[in-house]
Amino acid sequence: MTKVQLSRIACARSGDKGEGSNVGVIARSDAAYAFLKERLTAELVKQHMRAINFGGVKRYEADNLRALNFILLDSLGGGGSASLKTDAQGKTHGLAVLRLELDVPQSVLDATPNA
Amino acid sequence: MQKKEFVRIANGQGFWGDSILGPVRLVNEGPLDYLTLDYLAEVTMSILQKQRSRDPRKGYATDFVAMIDRILPKLVEKHVKVIANAGGVNPLACKDAVLAVLKKHGVTGMKVAVIEGDDVLGRLDELAAKGEVLANMDTGAPLATIRERVTSANVYIGAFPVAEALAQGAQIVIAGRLTDPGLVLGPLVHEFGWKADQWDLLAAGTMAGHIVECGAQCTGGNFTDWKSVPDLARVGYPIVECKADGTFTVTKHEGTGGLVDVSTVSHQLVYEMGDPQNYITPDCIADFTSIRLRQDGKDRVHCSGVEGKPATPTYKVSASYEDGFKALGQLTISGPDALAKAKLCAEIVWKRLESDGFHYAPDERLVEFVGANVCHAGVELAGAGEPSEVVLRMGVKGPDEAKIDRFGMELVPLVTSGPPGVTGFAGGRPKAAEIISYWPALVKKELVSTKVSVFSS
Repeated sequence: MTKVQLSRIACARSGDKGEGSNVGVIARSDAAYAFLKERLTAELVKQHMRAINFGGVKRYEADNLRALNFILLDSLGGGGSASLKTDAQGKTHGLAVLRLELDVPQSVLDATPNA
Repeated sequence: MQKKEFVRIANGQGFWGDSILGPVRLVNEGPLDYLTLDYLAEVTMSILQKQRSRDPRKGYATDFVAMIDRILPKLVEKHVKVIANAGGVNPLACKDAVLAVLKKHGVTGMKVAVIEGDDVLGRLDELAAKGEVLANMDTGAPLATIRERVTSANVYIGAFPVAEALAQGAQIVIAGRLTDPGLVLGPLVHEFGWKADQWDLLAAGTMAGHIVECGAQCTGGNFTDWKSVPDLARVGYPIVECKADGTFTVTKHEGTGGLVDVSTVSHQLVYEMGDPQNYITPDCIADFTSIRLRQDGKDRVHCSGVEGKPATPTYKVSASYEDGFKALGQLTISGPDALAKAKLCAEIVWKRLESDGFHYAPDERLVEFVGANVCHAGVELAGAGEPSEVVLRMGVKGPDEAKIDRFGMELVPLVTSGPPGVTGFAGGRPKAAEIISYWPALVKKELVSTKVSVFSS
């Protein structure tokens, strides 16, 4: 096991969904996807984003895209024009999730090319 | 008529405010059959309604008319058709302005189509009388609770009116609140004769539209691995080459900057995604877990396997309403001790306001120290030290305009009555601005009908 940031084995893009945001996490390899599907739970993302998101977190899977889609239900301070936040649209939430640190098996790292 | 093997559809405008070079370069730098342009967001509709109420000739995306003026010679030369939701809340006025541009250029016989029927602001009471509650899809509250504050209400309409306009020979199609994917699906329905119950094909065209709808976001813009993207300054805007069987290839013009690969396309597929198995549009439900992506040469991604499900019996309504006021202001605080001084400044502002009888509840106020991890609050950062300067950004919101304005008077004084190193007040005193909130709801499809009219230059 090696401690790495999620960005070593995945990419992400985020945007607004009403008063919340979505973070699509795309694994960089099949091995990374299998690992993340198991380990990158909604609970873990909720904990990591606790100072940004004040609602629940839902997770959806899209195996064909090696993607996990997280919905952060209350992460924009109101959303739309009612938000006072700099990032009122959650554009940077993907990069925040990519900073999550995980213990990743060497086999997964070996099977996952660097960016 | 000989059917084309494939149709090339580009998106040159991901939102109102996107680079005007997108469409200009698309019509100049390579082959193209259709150019789609997206101008509308929820708040935009409200602003446009306000403009129209002041001047009946306004209420549409004026940038679109300037764009047609600039690219018209190429549209004529290359026979490129344009589909845009630039009509806003006044597509007929938009059409008049476009016809004036055609006349100025001496272009005669070009057909311009207008799609109407999406604007239901004037029909809200009629819809209510017919039993449509227009409940907020997030909260369940009926529209009646905010009825008198509604500033716009539009139905998201689908691709079929666009296909109808094209069938009538239109080279420029102007719509109001047409869905973004519908801009692309419309020409495909027209070109390939796709039927309203061919769900897999409609879903395929919808996904092609979703991939290109944010412009350069699928060709290397806003991409995790940005260091690997060449020449973003000259980023190519996206093109889908679509076939009658629903397969398509995402690409960009040769020689342009940016990058199209399985990763850039996947990034866009998950953008603003909810439940990937149920992406609901007026035309169908697309299953994003069905698409298969394959690299097919440099800057080409082949897409296949898309599956769809029957459309729902409702349209989505997007209403906006007045929801109070807000004011935001900022100051730049230099080091040494930038962060500590910025925190003191924020404390001073709230204390001074409090001493004058103005109290703002925790959910009515905000303080950010930009430069000291605002965007990724609470996330551990390796190697982050004391910032050499921070931007203190403060804001308040609420129903009372005078109270919001009072806050704005208390920020700039910190330059002379706070800690040293406070600057960056060039914007002046922050003033109350109206908050326009968004109200998503559903309406029965049979209560809404669209109308296509064609005009000739």
